[in-house]
Amino acid sequence: MTEDHIDGNAAGGALSDVFAVDLTAATGQCSSCAQSLALAEALLYTQAPGLIARCPGCEEVVFRLVRGPGRAWLDMRGMTCVQFELADS
Amino acid sequence: MLSAGPTPQISTEVWNFSVTTETGEVRRWNWAELNALSVERTTVDLHCVTKWSKLATTWEGVSLDTLLDGVETSAEYAVASSYGGYTTNLPLEDLLDGKAWIAVRYDGEPLTPEHGGPARLLVPHLYLWKSAKWVRGIRLLNDDEPGFWESVGYHNYGDPWREQRYWGD
Repeated sequence: MTEDHIDGNAAGGALSDVFAVDLTAATGQCSSCAQSLALAEALLYTQAPGLIARCPGCEEVVFRLVRGPGRAWLDMRGMTCVQFELADS
Repeated sequence: MLSAGPTPQISTEVWNFSVTTETGEVRRWNWAELNALSVERTTVDLHCVTKWSKLATTWEGVSLDTLLDGVETSAEYAVASSYGGYTTNLPLEDLLDGKAWIAVRYDGEPLTPEHGGPARLLVPHLYLWKSAKWVRGIRLLNDDEPGFWESVGYHNYGDPWREQRYWGD
C-alpha cells in the first residue's frame, strides 16, 4: 500500500457545503467491519473525480462525495448511525 | 495519478481476468494466456472528466473483440470490476468493434501499479473513469448496473464529446 491518502479532516470544507454542522467531528460505525470511527480519522483519497473516505480499519469506502457545478452528491452507505455533537438550545 | 483507494499491488503470477455472462458462464485467462492472444498496438487520445486530455498515447493490449469472440450472450450491458473493488458500467456495444482493449503496456513499457498495471481496461472514446485500472473481470448483464462513480453523480455513459460529466448532462 502506498501513502497516497490524507486524513479525513481535509473533507471539512467540502462537507460544509452540504451540512450545517461540522461533520468531521461526527462519529459512526463502518458498515463493513463495524469499527467505530470519527470522520476525521477516515483515510481520504482526493486524487480522484470525487472525495473517497475509507475506514482506517478495513479500508472499505465509508463515504463518497462528488461536487459538480451547483450540485453535490453524497453517498454514506458505508457508515451507519452517524452521531453529531450539537449544542443544546 | 487518479485513484479511488490504495493502489493494488497485483503480481502477474496471481493476476487473472474473467468474463462472466448473464447465464453465469465464465471464461478466465491468466497472465500468460492473455499475452498469448493477439496483442494489438493502438494510438488514442485520452479525456479525463477532471478536464485534461492527453493526445496520441500508445498502448498495447488485447481487444475485447478477441476476448468476447464466441461468447454466447444476449446481454446489452457490462460492468468492469477491478482489484481493489472499483467498478464501472457501460453498454456492451461500447466494448466491441475495435473500441476497447485490456491494455498491458503503455508507451512500450509494462503498466506500473500506479497506472493500473498489470492490466487495465482501455475505452478511449469514453471519459477515462470508464477505463478501469487494475481490471480483473467483466460481467455481462441484461440490466444496467451503475458503477462506483456512476452511482454517485457521474454520468452513466460519459461521452467526452457531449461533455457528459454528471447526472443529467
